[in-house]
Amino acid sequence: MKLSGSQIIIECLKKEGVEFIFGYPGGAVLHIYDALFGDKKIKHVLTRHEQGATHAADGYARACGKPGVVLVTSGPGITNCVTGLATAHMDSVPMIIISGQVSREYVGSDAFQEADATGITRPVTKHNFLVDSRESIAEVFKKAFIIATTGRPGPVLIDIPKDLTDPKTKINFEYPKKVKLRSYKAPISESKLKIEEAAKLLVSAKKPMVYSGGGVILGNAHKELTTLVKTLGYPVTNTLMGLGGYPATDNQFLGMLGMHGTYEANMAMHDCDILFAVGARFDDRVTGDTSKFCPSAKIIHIDVDPSSISKIIEVDLSLVGETSNILKDLNKAVKPHLKKINKSALKKWWTQIDKWRTKKCLSYKKSNKIIKPQSVIETLYDITKGNSYVTSDVGQHQMWAAQYYKFDKPNRWINSGGLGTMGFGLPSAMGVQLAYPKSEVICVTGEASILMCIQELATCLQYRLPIKIINLNNRYMGMVRQWQEFFYEGRYAMSYMEAIPDFAQLASSFGHVGMKIEKPSELKTKLQEAMDLKDRLVFVDVITDQEENVYPMIKSGQAHNEMHLSPTGKDTELA
Amino acid sequence: MDEKRHIISLLVENEFGSLSRIAGLFSARGYNIHCLNVAPTNDVSISRMTLVTFCNDQKIKQLAKQLDKLVDVVNVKDLTEETHIEREMLLLKLKCNKNQRDEVKRLVDIFRARIIDVTDTTYTIELTGVTEKILAFIESMGKIKIIEMVRSGTLGISRGIDSLENIK
Repeated sequence: MKLSGSQIIIECLKKEGVEFIFGYPGGAVLHIYDALFGDKKIKHVLTRHEQGATHAADGYARACGKPGVVLVTSGPGITNCVTGLATAHMDSVPMIIISGQVSREYVGSDAFQEADATGITRPVTKHNFLVDSRESIAEVFKKAFIIATTGRPGPVLIDIPKDLTDPKTKINFEYPKKVKLRSYKAPISESKLKIEEAAKLLVSAKKPMVYSGGGVILGNAHKELTTLVKTLGYPVTNTLMGLGGYPATDNQFLGMLGMHGTYEANMAMHDCDILFAVGARFDDRVTGDTSKFCPSAKIIHIDVDPSSISKIIEVDLSLVGETSNILKDLNKAVKPHLKKINKSALKKWWTQIDKWRTKKCLSYKKSNKIIKPQSVIETLYDITKGNSYVTSDVGQHQMWAAQYYKFDKPNRWINSGGLGTMGFGLPSAMGVQLAYPKSEVICVTGEASILMCIQELATCLQYRLPIKIINLNNRYMGMVRQWQEFFYEGRYAMSYMEAIPDFAQLASSFGHVGMKIEKPSELKTKLQEAMDLKDRLVFVDVITDQEENVYPMIKSGQAHNEMHLSPTGKDTELA
Repeated sequence: MDEKRHIISLLVENEFGSLSRIAGLFSARGYNIHCLNVAPTNDVSISRMTLVTFCNDQKIKQLAKQLDKLVDVVNVKDLTEETHIEREMLLLKLKCNKNQRDEVKRLVDIFRARIIDVTDTTYTIELTGVTEKILAFIESMGKIKIIEMVRSGTLGISRGIDSLENIK
C-alpha cells in the first residue's frame, strides 16, 4: 500500500485502535488534517485551545485506560500543550501528542511558527521523537504507543516536519508488528522469593496499614487489591490519585490520607508497624515531614517504576513490576500464611482505629443561611448515588470533592493530583464524556479554576457534551486564601477577584443551561433539576460560604499525628 | 551524608537529543556534572558517556535509577562501586622562553608527558593519567604561563572481563 506521510499517520492511529483525536489545526499540520478529512473511523474533536485538547485527551485516558491522542500545530500549538503534558506526565497518564514542525529545510532557521518542540517538552514527556524521514514514521508511532502505555505510563510526543506529510510523495506502508527497543524495558513481575518474603512480612503485622495510590488505578489492579485487603482484614487508605482503587463505602476504608486526609487514616499511618504501599510514590502532600513518616513501620512497596522505590522514604522490601501481577501473586502467596495473622492484635488495632473514627474529622458546621461547600458535594453524592465520573480543578473544591464524594470504583475520580493544574476540570470532563457518552460526568470546580479553560464551553456545545459543571463559588481563590489565613496572618494578597462574571449568563451565551443556587434550602432540588437535564450541559453556580477552610489539615513539614481538625483547634489531641 | 566522587558510565543510543536528555535530568533533579565525555563506540548505534558527579549514597542510587529510566539509556553503571581504571588526558599550551625550556622538559619527563607541538615561544604538552596526576602536573608548572588547556574529563573502564555491554 503506497501512502503519503499524512496517510501513514492516520493508518498508524487506526492500527492502534484510536477512536478520538483531540486537536487544533494550523499550518504545519494541514496535510495531516487534509488526510483526516471525512475519515469515518477516527473522530476529531476540535477544542478551543491546545491546552484544552491535552487535558481532554488526558481525561479520556484516565477514564477508559486507552491512550489519549492530541494533534496540534508547530510553535504556539505545541507550546500551549506544555501544561497539559506536564499534568499528564506527573500523573503518569498515557498520551500520544502529534505536533507539526516546520519543514526540515527550515528547521533551525527561526521560521514562522517554529519552536523546538522536542527540546521544550523533554522534561514533561516520558519520551519524545523528532521524525526525520517518511520511512521511520510507522516505526516511531509503534514505539511511541509502546512507551506511552507500558511500564509507568506517560505522554509521548511525536514531532513531524511538514514536508514529511506532503501528500505528493507516497511510500510503501506497513505497520510494524514489533520494534526494537533495546534500551526500554518495562518490569512485568517480581520473583517468587520476594513475593513469598512480602507475604510473610504482611501477615506478621500487628498494626498493618495499606496505602494505595494512582498505580492501582493505572495498573488496573483494584480487584486484586480489594481481594488482598479483604482476605487480610487490614485497614486501607488511598492517596488523592488512588481514590476508587478500593471501595470507599467499605468499612475497611479509612478515607484519603495526607495533607487533607482523614484523622483515622493519618493516625493509622503514623502508628502502623507494617506499611504496605501499592502504586504510591510517597508524595510530599502524603508524607508530611519525612523524618517523622511512619516512624515504627517496616515498609513494603510495590511499584512499576524502579526509580520510585526509596526515592523519598527508604523501604524495607520492594516489589517492582505491574501492580496487578504482583498483587495476583501475593493473593496466592498469603493464603497458606493466613493463620499466622495475630487476630487479637489486629482486633486491638481496629478498636484503636474505630476510636479515631469517633472524632468524625469530616464533620463541619451546618448552616441554613449560607451554603457550605461540603454539603454541595454530599448532596451531589446522594443524588448521583456515587455513580458519576467526577473531574475537578485544583484547590479547596478539589479537596472537598475528594473527601466527600465516595468513589467505589476506579477511574471515576479524575483530577490533576501531581502538577495541580487549574483549568484541568472542564476539558478533562469532555474527554471522559466522550469515552462514556451515556454516563453522568460532573466537573466540580471553583470560580477561579473554571475561568482558566472556560473557552471549552464552546467545544461542549459543538459535540453536545452534557457535562454538569458544579462551580463552588466563594469569590476567592479558596486554597490560596486558606494558606494566607494560616500562614500570612490573613493578608489576602491577590486571592480575591474583583470582577467575577455571571456564570449562569456566561453559560447560556455559550448555548448551555445556566443556573445559580444561593440558598441552602434550594440546594437539593436545584442540583437534582440540573442532573435531570440529561442531554444538556448545565453550569451550576453555587454561591458558597466565603471563608470555609479544608480540614483536617497537616501543615507542610508536620507529621501525620500533627493534624489541625477545626478552626479553633491547634495541635488537636495528639495520640 | 557525605558527598563522594562517582564515575558514572553510560551506554546511550547514538541519537540526537540523548545528550540533552541526560544533561537535562541532571539539572532538573539538582545533580551536578563535574565533567563529561561522550564518544561513539565500536557499535555505531551506541555512544559511551562517562561523567563524574559528587553526591551522597542515597542520591547516587536514585540518580542511577533515573538515568536507567530514560528511554535512550541502554545501560548505566557506577564504576566507583568496583575495581576500575580511570584516565584523563590533558593538552596544555605553555608560554615557554629559552631559560624555561629545560625545566619544562625535565617535568615532562618526570610525568611521562609528551611535547607535541613547539614554536619559538610555546610548548604544547600531552599528558595522560588519573586526575590527581593531571592536577599535580599543572601545579608543577609554577610560574610558567599557561596559555590554554583542555582536559578530556575522566574516562573509566572496569577491570577484568566485566563490561557495560553484557549486563543487559
